Parts: sequence; C-alpha cells; structure tokens
Amino acid sequence: MSKELRLMKGNEAIAEAAIRCGVDGYFGYPITPQSEILEHLMAEKPYEKTGMVVLQAESEVASINMVYGGAATGKRVMTTSSSPGISLMQEGLSYIAGAELPALIVNVVRGGPGLGTIQPSQADYFQTTKGGGHGDYRLITLAPSSVQEMYDFVELGFELAFKYRNPVMILSDGVIGQVMEKVEVDDYKPRWTDEYIKQNFPWAAFGKLPTRNHNIITSLELDSSKQEQVNIRIQSKYKECEAKEVRYEEIMTQDAEYLFVAYGSSARICQKAIELARSEGIKVGLLRPITLWPFPSKALKALGQKMKGILSIEMSAGQMVEDVKLAVECRVPVEHYGRFGGIIPTPTEICEALKKVIAK
Amino acid sequence: MTEEIIIAGFGGQGVLSMGKILAYSGIMQNKEVSWMPSYGPEMRGGTSNVTVIISDERISSPCLNQFDTAIILNQQSMDKFEHSVKSGGLLIYDPNGITDHPTRKDINIYQVAATDKASEIGIMKLFNMIVLGGFLKIKSIVTPEMLHKGLEKSLPARHHHLIPDNEKAVEIGKEILKPYHLL
Repeated sequence: MSKELRLMKGNEAIAEAAIRCGVDGYFGYPITPQSEILEHLMAEKPYEKTGMVVLQAESEVASINMVYGGAATGKRVMTTSSSPGISLMQEGLSYIAGAELPALIVNVVRGGPGLGTIQPSQADYFQTTKGGGHGDYRLITLAPSSVQEMYDFVELGFELAFKYRNPVMILSDGVIGQVMEKVEVDDYKPRWTDEYIKQNFPWAAFGKLPTRNHNIITSLELDSSKQEQVNIRIQSKYKECEAKEVRYEEIMTQDAEYLFVAYGSSARICQKAIELARSEGIKVGLLRPITLWPFPSKALKALGQKMKGILSIEMSAGQMVEDVKLAVECRVPVEHYGRFGGIIPTPTEICEALKKVIAK
Repeated sequence: MTEEIIIAGFGGQGVLSMGKILAYSGIMQNKEVSWMPSYGPEMRGGTSNVTVIISDERISSPCLNQFDTAIILNQQSMDKFEHSVKSGGLLIYDPNGITDHPTRKDINIYQVAATDKASEIGIMKLFNMIVLGGFLKIKSIVTPEMLHKGLEKSLPARHHHLIPDNEKAVEIGKEILKPYHLL
C-alpha cells in the first residue's frame, strides 16, 4: 500500500496524526509558535468525521485538567502548548503522573524565561526531563527532529503512555513546529470503542460494573505507608521504561574522533555542521537522543569512550550537557555550545565551537 | 543536486507563497524539500523571509546561514543577505526601491524588474511569480510540468482557474531577467 505524501508544517503534522490515529479528545489554548495545531484541527473538523472532541479551553490550566479528566476514563486525550503555557500546566502534569494516567502533551518550545520570545528555543529541557511539577515523577519525553517524526510520535506517544500509564511529552521547538517538510501519512484508524477500553484498561473510570467496586482515580493518599507503595510502584515502572524505551540515532559515528550530542532542530543543524567540518577533514559524528527521558546514557557512555571530545549543542545556556557529563562520567572532555532567547545557532557557528574544543 | 535558497522581502509580497510553490513543485519531482519561514516579529509587519531547500538527498538542516541563491525584494533584505550567498552563487533582485545595489564580485547577480513589469501590465498579485520565473530561467530545478502540478497542490481549488495566469507571469519573468554582474 503506498502511503499518502503531504507537505506539512510540524504543527499541522501533530494535528493530522491525532485525527488519523484515532485520538478521542484535544483540549488546548492558542499560543505561538504552535497555534497551527488547533487551527488545523478546527479546519479539519474531526468531530464531524471520527467524533474526536476538539475544544479551545479558557486557559492552559483548564486544558490540562480536561486532559486529566478525559484520561481517567481510558480515552486517548492530549493537549499542546508552548513554554509559558506548559509552565501553567505543571500542577496538572504532576497530578496525572501521580494518578498514573496516560496522556500526551506537546511542547513547541519558545525562548524564555517568562513570556520571553516567540522564536525557537530548547531551554525547557530541565522542566521536562527533571520534572517541572512536584513529586517523584517523570515524563517519558520524545524529541522529534523532523516533521515526519512530529507525525509519528503522536501515535508512539500514546502507545507509551498507555503501556506505562504515564504522561508522555513531545518536546519540540519553534523550528520543527514551523518548518514544512514531506510527510507520509497513514490511513484513518477508528477511535477505540468503549468495549475495547473496558477490556483493555480495567483501571479506567468508565462506570461501575456489577462485578467490582468503584474504580477510583486519585493522586491523593493520606496514609503514608500506602503512598510510599504508590511511589515504589511508579518507580519500578520507570525502571522498566529506562530498560526498554531508550531511543537514539547515531549519525557518522563510525570513524568519528569528536561527537556532537544534540536533539530536535539542533540535531538537524549539527548534521549541516558535520558536512562543513568533514569537508575540512574533521572527523565528527552525532548522537541524537530521541528519548530525552529515558536518556540514552549507556549508548553515550560506550560511544563517548572512543571520542577525544564531546560537544553538547542545545538552544539553551546548557541543560542537557549535565546529562551528557553524567553519562560519560566526566572521562571525556564535555563542552556545551548554545544560543538562547530565540536565536538559532548557524552551522558555521557550531563548526567554530567544535574547533575550539579541538584546540583545547 | 542540492539547492539552498533564501527568498526575502516585505510581508505581503508573496515571499512565503513563492517558496511554497517551489517546495510543492520539488515534491512533485520526487525531491526532498524543506520550507522554513521567518514566523517571528517579521510576519507581524516589516520584512519576511523563507529558506527553501530542494535536494536529491536527505536534507540536514532547515536553518542555514549560507545559500546557493538569494532572491531579494527589498533593501533591508539586501543588507541582511547579500553576504550570505556562497562564493560563486547567485543573487537575483528586484531593483525597485533598492538604493544600495549589490557590490559582490564573486557571485552572479541578475535583476528582475518585477514590480515595474507587474504594475505596467496590471498583474501586481502575480509579482512573485514573475520573480520566480527569473530564478527558474537561471536554475531550472523544477520543470514547467512540475511547476504546474506544484501550483495545483499549493493553490486552493477555487483559485485553480488562475494557474494559466501564474504560468504566464513565470514566462514574463524569464523574459525580463537581465544580468547585472556575471562571473
């Protein structure tokens, strides 16, 4: 079967994927640089085709709590926003993780702090991977670096969210949200039936059955010994996730003496920097983490040992670089290069930063 | 083949849609394409630009600082992008409103007086297609057949009756293109 080929923005791909993979509900509030997601959903009117709910909430706080409610019923629900809006959602995210519910959240990151700028940034790495909300929880984090991955990670995100009963974040940025590239789109898949949800997700609050007591969805447990058990269960889930779900890509690492580590749009710019550097005889490769949590620490440790130096590239003041240093246990020199406030580093700049690492 | 292009001008000149038509035409020809707009304060008035890459291979970065071709439609963009053309590359510009003409000696420079021509024959809305024609005369990276298909894809069906006019404007662009400095 030949797949349909489309030219789409990353943001449109998120919306199109949601419709086509049979998502039940989208709740969101517009913010640049991701407003095309809600715009595309409103233009496509999936509520007339698949019955998918598309709702512009009154705020980001309302959106995430609508997601909390929808997820509690075993439905596939999602929200999207950009950095300041995602900050507003942190309480809800912690509650969803605490109540062990599956949900998909997309952050098309813009420059901060505060209202910042509408231009691209990757400075929400800490917030996403270390927890912006309270308590011992993690967000399974996928970092797309192409429009095709924006599309593919919607379905993958829901798969992981339901497998681990945990919120999943797609951490994108203004570049990947706004760029148009070729996308292969799938055929429309039907939404899950109520019967399917009942059979596969017995924990969901879809109504009391005569055969069991009420299902209770909550993140509150005042008995500390019970709350500790909840935490232990959640942590064992995270251990399994760390063992099974690490995803990354290696590019031109075979003969590399130096290594870039970069995700999302920075990983794309690094690939151009590799072309430039290699044309000057510098053997450099790229490790691109696809899951930011769980982070590909083992792969990086193994690869890092063969390198003379590692340069972590991120549109931030240096956030992921901390995980890179931890992964290689500081046995290899690790440096960071980044621009911030909405400035995108150029391939030439990254090449120059690499030369400084080499000169050290 | 990889062609890395920056198209830059005022918002409303059709910079983004010119890039989109080029990208769609590339797809029709089974090329890899990337279209990266400036979406920031620019689109809220002032200048607008888009980076378009068409290639036979997988495209690395959608964001670039060096280009094979710069298509420049106002003075601000000339100031910003004249020096971003790779040595040996191509610069095409509309001289209308340009006070400081390009001075590079290591690139090929052409003028396409699209503003004057479009107003002379009363097709201001097709101004960007005249410019595109000028570019395609030098670099025929998409064939006329694929351009036709690209127009069909990028224009909504209610505007499909305008495709012949668009194609005519492209031909006009090819006719009025003139060299300004050649290597």
